Amino acid sequence: METLIIMLIGILVAVATYLILSRNIIRIILGTAVFSHAVHLLILTMGDLKQGNVPLLKEADAPYADALPQALILTAIVISFAVTAFILVLAYRTYQDVGTDDLDKLRGAKDE
Amino acid sequence: MNNLIVLPLIIPIIVGIILVFLRPYVKWQRVISLLTMIGIAGISLFILNRVQTDGIIRLDFAGWEPPFGILFVADSFAMLLVLTASVVTGICLIHAFSSIGDKHEKMYFYPFVLFLVAGVNGSFLTGDLFNLFVCFEVMLLASYVLITLGGTKPQLRESIKYVVINVLASWFFLVALAYLYGTVGTLNMAHISERVAESGQGPLLTTISILFLVVFSLKAGLLLFFWLPGSYSVPPTAVAALFGALLTKVGIYALFRTFTLIFYHEPLISHTVIGIMAGITLIVGCIGAIAFKDVRLIVSYNVVIAVGFIMIGLAVGTETSIAGSIYYVIHDMIAKAMLFLLAGTMIYLTGKSKIDEMSGLIRNYPVFGWMFFLVTCSLAGIPPLSGFVGKILVGQGSIESGSYILLALAFISSIVVLYSLLRIFLNTIFGETIISLEDEKPMEMGMIIPIVLLGIATISLGLGAEVISSYVTDAAHTLSNPSVYIDAVMGGNK
Repeated sequence: METLIIMLIGILVAVATYLILSRNIIRIILGTAVFSHAVHLLILTMGDLKQGNVPLLKEADAPYADALPQALILTAIVISFAVTAFILVLAYRTYQDVGTDDLDKLRGAKDE
Repeated sequence: MNNLIVLPLIIPIIVGIILVFLRPYVKWQRVISLLTMIGIAGISLFILNRVQTDGIIRLDFAGWEPPFGILFVADSFAMLLVLTASVVTGICLIHAFSSIGDKHEKMYFYPFVLFLVAGVNGSFLTGDLFNLFVCFEVMLLASYVLITLGGTKPQLRESIKYVVINVLASWFFLVALAYLYGTVGTLNMAHISERVAESGQGPLLTTISILFLVVFSLKAGLLLFFWLPGSYSVPPTAVAALFGALLTKVGIYALFRTFTLIFYHEPLISHTVIGIMAGITLIVGCIGAIAFKDVRLIVSYNVVIAVGFIMIGLAVGTETSIAGSIYYVIHDMIAKAMLFLLAGTMIYLTGKSKIDEMSGLIRNYPVFGWMFFLVTCSLAGIPPLSGFVGKILVGQGSIESGSYILLALAFISSIVVLYSLLRIFLNTIFGETIISLEDEKPMEMGMIIPIVLLGIATISLGLGAEVISSYVTDAAHTLSNPSVYIDAVMGGNK
């Protein structure tokens, strides 16, 4: 199971890298979003994908599932949601004001 | 009483939320935010003194004892930085009162400065690696807003790069955290340090440490600083000063913490890499500082040089050099804020940003001119100003451990800093007057007072080095002996 998930993470990272390396802002943002999903899966895998009971000492028997990665992922998802929302708005505003979504044209300081 | 150490994080957040509701009342926002910063500075001074008498203070949230819960740890290093950050932010706020403009003030400028401070202080205080990530994000989100606030074309153009770079760095931080958790099974920094020491820092852990190095270097501007000069030169003066003073220092703090507390077993690999990165940062930063004519770019490259200099202290890794770095971080927060405020005010007064378009400002604004001379001397490390002690200690540490190349680079860089700032000074402050008395924009008291305050701070930090030295020595002692920190955190329940 771990091997399968790791391969999935690899594919996601490859897709994200491809998207981030393009010049279009929207593609870059999608790339960061895909990358964040890959990272969340990685955290989950790092906590062992074992089957276990709810980690409540008196309510269930061992073995317990590791609850910490889930808490971490939950936090990370919230943060990635907020950041992605912000950067989408920023990209739209930049497109409106500067008139391009091509990073090559967003380069110089000479056009001021 | 331990609950005190959460206040530098929680007060700015609560006050920031209250200020959101006080949007139309700009005067109230100013008064409240300034009082908050003064309050935090007072509290952190109190905690700093308590750390000297009682040792490292820790606070376990909700009573979950380490290594299970999240915790805050206040040692001398963290508290010194929290104190300096609060003071510098307060002074930058005074400058913002007269320079930032009504439009910013009504668009939640003060709440976001307070959120930024909360993130910065949280990053300094936390004792949990994942919590460090969260505090980083609090700080970064506030910085994203502050850098874009105003929405001019150059701001939007540079901020989109800044945001993308930082988002990517944050996800890499998570990757490193995931691998570390998978390897050692804990996130409490002291506990990680214990586990790493038990199992020995094998190749896998060293690789993870390099991943952390890359992440924190991106934040600190160590070698990977390509995003820094552009994004630090576009926001309004007060914001640029805050960024230049605070943001890279958080990355530097994280580097010091991880590589003195956790990954200190393989200095031949990790510290050599840091040394090489610091050396290249110094060289490239120096070239940048000399190459440009835009005042904002010159001062931004000076930030890069300072990062390289501070990291030499870590690369060398003796207790003396680490103490030197701590001195220098404190000095640099004050001096960089002052330098950015001066550069921004210069642009405000003349309406130009290239150094060959300005001249003779000392006739019109004598105090301003001499303040620029003061910060030049301070950054070059001329005694008795504050840069001197840090430089001499870093130099002494490098000689002790025989790192002569880094030593040479560090001191050549000081000369380049002096040259690049003197170039601004001679071109803009001295020379023929270009502004006639009729066209002269009056210097607003609100702009010169914070600069003078920072000038007083850099003088007193240099003259009062003896007073601060006990704190710095304690901080350096904790950093170079990880067991002090570990005992304070894990004490009793191993």
